[in-house]
Amino acid sequence: MSSVFVYCEIEDGQVAEVSQELLTKGRALANELNCKLEAIAVGYQLGSVAGQVIPYGVDTLYLADDARLYPYQTLPHTSVVVNLFKEQKPQIALMGASSIGRDLGPRVSSALHSGLTADCTSLIIGEHYDKKQDKKYDNLLYQIRPAFGGNIIATIINPDCRPQMATVREGVMKKEILDPKYKGKVVDLDVAKYVSDTDFVVEIIERHMEKSKVNIKGAPIIVSGGYGVGSKENFKLLYDLAEVLGGEVGASRAAVDAGYADHERQIGQTGVTVRPKLYIACGISGQIQHTAGMEEAAQIIAINTDPEAPINAIADYVITGDVADVIPKMIKYYKKNTK
Amino acid sequence: MKAYNIIVLAKQVPDTRNVGKDAMKADGTVNRAVLPAIFNPEDLNALEQALRIKDQYPESTIKILTMGPGRAADIIREGLYRGADGGVLLTDRAFAGSDTLATSYAIGQALKTMGKIDIIVAGRQAIDGDTAQVGPQVAEKLGLLQVTYVEEIVDLKGKNITVKRRLENGVETVKAPLPLVITVNGSAPDCRSRNAKRLMKYKRARTVTELQKENEDYTVLYNERPDLMIQEMTVNDIESDASQLGLTGSPTKVKSIENVVLQAKDSKVISGEDAEIEEMMLELIKSHTIG
Repeated sequence: MSSVFVYCEIEDGQVAEVSQELLTKGRALANELNCKLEAIAVGYQLGSVAGQVIPYGVDTLYLADDARLYPYQTLPHTSVVVNLFKEQKPQIALMGASSIGRDLGPRVSSALHSGLTADCTSLIIGEHYDKKQDKKYDNLLYQIRPAFGGNIIATIINPDCRPQMATVREGVMKKEILDPKYKGKVVDLDVAKYVSDTDFVVEIIERHMEKSKVNIKGAPIIVSGGYGVGSKENFKLLYDLAEVLGGEVGASRAAVDAGYADHERQIGQTGVTVRPKLYIACGISGQIQHTAGMEEAAQIIAINTDPEAPINAIADYVITGDVADVIPKMIKYYKKNTK
Repeated sequence: MKAYNIIVLAKQVPDTRNVGKDAMKADGTVNRAVLPAIFNPEDLNALEQALRIKDQYPESTIKILTMGPGRAADIIREGLYRGADGGVLLTDRAFAGSDTLATSYAIGQALKTMGKIDIIVAGRQAIDGDTAQVGPQVAEKLGLLQVTYVEEIVDLKGKNITVKRRLENGVETVKAPLPLVITVNGSAPDCRSRNAKRLMKYKRARTVTELQKENEDYTVLYNERPDLMIQEMTVNDIESDASQLGLTGSPTKVKSIENVVLQAKDSKVISGEDAEIEEMMLELIKSHTIG
């Protein structure tokens, strides 16, 4: 039975969060399909990767370790993955929907003529019956994602082409170590057999990587603003409330597009996914693209002038009013009742 | 090199960003028919990057290539108004139902008919699908290098281009040889607006199909002004393997589509009155949600 494969992104010898999350998901899928979970890491000085990866339940870890393979570059990484997939013929391949996975994934899928679904929010195994061909498919990967600006949820399948490829954003899946003593084997690839010298045509002149300064994912309380906040000035009120409550400020895509907040604060399908204990949605209408990234918050407060806003349907408290009026009152009564 | 042949890949998309109330049907689903069709926003960022190359190397040519139904000629006209030199509309029923891979195959085959190309510029992704796949897949189909997430062209000289890439955790500056495909982020500069003179010059730019539908006879005009012809390309104008086109050529299939109607849960509806807000804050403090 062919395996489930996860491409592990490496930054400074560390396996990326999103890859760890995918390993957990990959293990669950492999269990259901009764097959192996395999992983590939491409980079340089990958000595510690096995220890990081195998506890997630990885049966085989392939390492392509070469000074020329770090940092990530499109062509050599594509060559390694494409050639390895041609040999191993995985049935499913998962990658992070990151700037690496979204650069590599389409390239690999095109080279292998296999289907790729971007930014999946859910991956499950299911069956499919094709009426035209009167053919039944078992154990297909349902790749579920919002589309059309988040107004529809589509279930995508790849009935005939392998691997079935999907990318998933960081934070969408939960990571969980399976067994710290899990026994998996490590295969060191002979890199020269997988890449050619002509793959190394890009010169990286400068590179500044830094972890996002804003820690929205870990914040217990998030005060988030949408287009309805109305201005960058009004957005300052959100920072005031977040500071008082000990939280962070998030934003919808519309607010980011309007320049009210930086991209690193964007929550939703094309931003980060969060699970805070309290989510205060200010002037956010609640398109699924946004709610996909926050609906698992333990409690939701929606502040909106529109009593019919879709976000209200998932809110615990619906406040019909103007953000500029309501937030100062929330600050006032919080301070009054805690000090 | 003094001049570059540039192709901008662009897509006409429904404006999914502004799904207003009038766009919602009574059952809470989206009425797509009322959404305006627009030039995909990041493709405009891509066009601007192409125009900047032409600013620096004025003998360069910029052509827009778009795949879509007949009305997608609108975005080619839009490109002409903003500074593009021409455009090609790739349109055929044979392309219907294409996923990103079948789309990339058709676009790749069309590009092969368009002569020597130095730089292909595309938006990072289109707002109707948000996949970011067509740019890299076109590059792979043509055996070209790709550089994605580009925010700025830092330098273009001879056969090398240096660009700044905006990644989620930082920035990277890379130097790469031509020819190549670059995809441009929304964080790149906005596209310049229409130029009034160009608007006058190109407002009668039409595809053959559009001309056939119009009553006035522009034959004389188009004989004198061949630049007004928007080239239409059908499946007959490209070399293609039918098994790689449209629905048949698409590895991914849509199994089901669910319209999003948010499920209601019990929520407390409160007004903005002081007493009610204080009560809410007290409840949240009591439940240790805050405080």
